[in-house]
Amino acid sequence: MKELRLMKGNEAFAEAAIRAGADGYFGYPITPQSEVMEYLMAEKPEERTGMIVLQAESEIAAINMVYGGAACGKRVLTSSSSPGVSLKQEGISYIAGAELPCVILNVARGGPGLGTIQPAQSDYFQSTKGGGHGDYKMLVLAPSSVQEMADFAGLGFELAFKYRNPVLILSDGAIGQMMEKVELDEQRPRFTDEEIKNNTPWATTGKTKDRERNIITSLDLDSYKQELHNLDLQAKYREMEKNETRYEAISCDDAEYLIVAYGTSARLSQKAVDLLRAEGIKVGLLRPITLFPFPTAVIAKLADQVKGILTVEMSAGQMIEDVRLAVGCRVKVEHFGRMGGIIPSPTEIVDAMHKKIIGG
Amino acid sequence: MAEITKEELRQPENLIYKKTDLLTDKPLSYCPGCGHGTAHRIVMEVLDEMGIQDQTIGIAPVGCSVLAYEFMNIDMQQAAHGRAPAVATAVKRLHPEKFVFTYQGDGDLAAIGTAETIHACNRGENIVIIFINNGIYGMTGGQMAPTTLPGMKSSTSPYGRDVATMGNPLKITELIAQLPGTIYVTRQAVHTPANVRKTKKAVRKAFENQKLNKGLSFVEIVSNCNSGWKMTPRQSNEWMVENMFPFYPLGDIKVND
Repeated sequence: MKELRLMKGNEAFAEAAIRAGADGYFGYPITPQSEVMEYLMAEKPEERTGMIVLQAESEIAAINMVYGGAACGKRVLTSSSSPGVSLKQEGISYIAGAELPCVILNVARGGPGLGTIQPAQSDYFQSTKGGGHGDYKMLVLAPSSVQEMADFAGLGFELAFKYRNPVLILSDGAIGQMMEKVELDEQRPRFTDEEIKNNTPWATTGKTKDRERNIITSLDLDSYKQELHNLDLQAKYREMEKNETRYEAISCDDAEYLIVAYGTSARLSQKAVDLLRAEGIKVGLLRPITLFPFPTAVIAKLADQVKGILTVEMSAGQMIEDVRLAVGCRVKVEHFGRMGGIIPSPTEIVDAMHKKIIGG
Repeated sequence: MAEITKEELRQPENLIYKKTDLLTDKPLSYCPGCGHGTAHRIVMEVLDEMGIQDQTIGIAPVGCSVLAYEFMNIDMQQAAHGRAPAVATAVKRLHPEKFVFTYQGDGDLAAIGTAETIHACNRGENIVIIFINNGIYGMTGGQMAPTTLPGMKSSTSPYGRDVATMGNPLKITELIAQLPGTIYVTRQAVHTPANVRKTKKAVRKAFENQKLNKGLSFVEIVSNCNSGWKMTPRQSNEWMVENMFPFYPLGDIKVND
């Protein structure tokens, strides 16, 4: 039975993680995501499902605990906000290199540096272009509602194990803090030892006589083997591009102009689309749900149909680079955004569409 | 006295020593004369004698022993530099019935991983930490470590460690012994047969503690780095006895039975 609740985005994510059959959460407090660990500590999932919750000494320790748990074939996760996610980059690179499944939530806030505790989308580059060292990709999901905060916990684990890859949920302070109605899935059981043995035969669970020892590492000092490993990783990322690109197209069928926006910006842009349509201007909204893989093909197709594209981001313009790559100079692509933790209003977006695209 | 042929010598009844099956046949990557090989053997012999190969997960560090998983025939994870105690924490919390240990050097455990070391010890994680202290960064070519002695030369302290500008060596073992989470803290060495026996006893005690869910056991092994110290293996062991042991005295530091 699905259950309907009124929850904060952060709480919905935490509850959904328990219900997704998570084995362990490792975190460190930082605004605006602290409710994730607070909710888990209060909820005592150890009594409900056996799930472990541990407050680590740092973001660095937390992500390395995720490494250790994931290497055992367990469903493990962590959450943080921008400055904390910067600290996790080393661990994420190791996790990607060792090909371990896990879920990482970034309830992003404004930067650079300590920045602000207000919402922002200025971690797009960090999320989609690496962040840590080496050639790697995370699968990045961008929720735009409390419902998606809940849904992506389970989806995140599913994709993480399908590809043996870290999955990042790139949210922001607005989605994490807002309260909305959310439909929660039924409790999924945690993996049994038997399931771990069968589904993740690479996991370190103790070397039994019937198999060789399992080693989890990202190291290979033989350059030729390391290149082969990198080629395998790249092949996996191409496979993700083929199978996992997700987006939502709103009012795009007859659109003459297009807005591309994700997360909080997509919610506000949807209102801007309504306002512009009330003026008689046919505008559509393309909302990327996965930021990697990016919905390049659908944007490229829409570029043949529309006269101009506005990207709306709470940043100086980061995703716009991927939109421009998809469009390839065929139509004008301009950016509108606010920074420093300011959320743009729908009327500001309408004005930007007039000034930068329609009248520009 | 009758002459014994090679063939006769190889008969099982004449064997007095056998390498444990928990060490692989891969040649060790350590420099000849280094203590790591002996330390590896001790840990693997203890696991073998306790019959817990199938229940043990080891965590390798970054440094000379980064490739420990090549030589230890058990399930292992290779951790980021200094993070092994955090990695081990999660493995043990998620698998309380398994045996979990880290194997770390001084740079890994007492410099870049100080926070992870102290907090895993402070939480009293039910794990074993094996700490090899040779007072130098061996893998990267002999740079100054947190445990490098005052006045000791290294590639980044070519005129000797000047404590006024480089700080004093960190006695991390004494430091973590102060924490209520640690139940057994000891400092040993592997340069003589007698010390090897003592170290093995200490390692056995550490894993027995874990079996009894007692808390964190910490075994420091003061070792040599003849390559990094620019000495012959023999000179390095003598130098270790004369210089390292007075600063890092051997013996139990904390025993909570």
